[in-house]
Amino acid sequence: MEYLKAFIVGGLICVIGQIILDTTKLTPAHILVIFLTSGVFLGGIGVYEPLVKFGGAGATVPISGFGYALSKGAIEGAKTKGVIGAFSGGLEATAGGIAAAILFGYIMSIVSDPKTK
Amino acid sequence: MGSQTVKMENTVSIIGTASIVGPKEGDGPLKTYFDMILEDDLWGQESFEKAESKIQEESIKLAIANANLSPQDIEFLFSGDLLNQITSSSYTARQMEIPYFGLYGACSTMTESLSLGAMIIDGGFANNVVCATSSHFSSAERQFRFPLEYGSQRNFSSQWTVTGAGATVLSSTGNGPYITYITTGKILDLGIKDASNMGGAMAPAAIHTISQHFKDTGYTPEDYDLIITGDLGLVGKKILLDLMRKDGYDLSKNYSDCGIKIFDGVEQDTHAGGSGCGCAATVFNGYIYKEMMKGNLNRVLLVATGALHSPIMTFQGESIPGIAHAVTIDNLFS
Repeated sequence: MEYLKAFIVGGLICVIGQIILDTTKLTPAHILVIFLTSGVFLGGIGVYEPLVKFGGAGATVPISGFGYALSKGAIEGAKTKGVIGAFSGGLEATAGGIAAAILFGYIMSIVSDPKTK
Repeated sequence: MGSQTVKMENTVSIIGTASIVGPKEGDGPLKTYFDMILEDDLWGQESFEKAESKIQEESIKLAIANANLSPQDIEFLFSGDLLNQITSSSYTARQMEIPYFGLYGACSTMTESLSLGAMIIDGGFANNVVCATSSHFSSAERQFRFPLEYGSQRNFSSQWTVTGAGATVLSSTGNGPYITYITTGKILDLGIKDASNMGGAMAPAAIHTISQHFKDTGYTPEDYDLIITGDLGLVGKKILLDLMRKDGYDLSKNYSDCGIKIFDGVEQDTHAGGSGCGCAATVFNGYIYKEMMKGNLNRVLLVATGALHSPIMTFQGESIPGIAHAVTIDNLFS
């Protein structure tokens, strides 16, 4: 049941992206930024939190989940450390993901070569 | 003659051609016409750029060999490609020891090089020249769209850059086919800003050049066995046929597009068709030249079309200028 919920939530987020890609002139890079900032915004106004509770990784793995983590970290940082915390909290909360992305990205770039599609 | 066309006073004959394509092109409908089909589009090189250079170099050597000449007999090399600083062509020319003119006409480079090569011969400045151009799907994606590693999806109006190179040896002596007329295009820009819709960006330039060619030469569409544009693809083809009809020219019987011919759009999932310098180059030096030698085609208007697209200017909100150069290739010199 948990897997099904994650599948539905994650799938729906990706369907929105696919529809934007197919029906507008926006590039994948535009969509990436839109999803990230909407994650921040929805996280900030408290809409994304219930989605994460329901869908789990289906909501946290897409890039909008990264935006949500940023906003959540910033809000918590502000609560504990004040104004400085609002700036540092977002990165603190996402530091694990960022470091992992850099490390695994680097490893993959060493072990693999690009191939023509 | 006319405002944009020149007529060759002396014979300018095509005496040898070569076309080398990648595996995907080699799977397409024209596979029997190409001189060489690569199994690996890196061709043993470390990068796609180096591979493109090698493809162009080998196609030039092969064309010279097919013309029964040696590189020392060639007085000028006219070549171009899609990459910054026309990398592939200059690095090819580094190996060739032939006086070299580097050209940038985006995907129109095949007819741009044929035009200049033919005029140099007609003017008596050379006896043998080579005109060549190349493109590579993976180097072009990195240059104009997204690097392959990014794994981005492609739009339905987008086209597939042809991996391949074509080279033509032109000579003041020879038994044809001959280059007889050259119509040099003007830049037209109707404001298309979408790098995934090159066909739409180039179609107006192609329409203008073809119409002007008919006005300048007095030819009509019926005088040609084939009128073929470089890489307008499915989107551009439709625009071209519609607008040419409004100009009073019905091209529906003998018009085609290299980008549509080179791939099977349904089977090969190439969306709107092929594109790139190598598209017009391989279709011309492979399919068209060989059909002309067989006599199945006798007079062809080759209109290679270029989207002079700069990613930097697109980021700055500028639209894409289009250009098209037409060359008449005729089995008879008149």
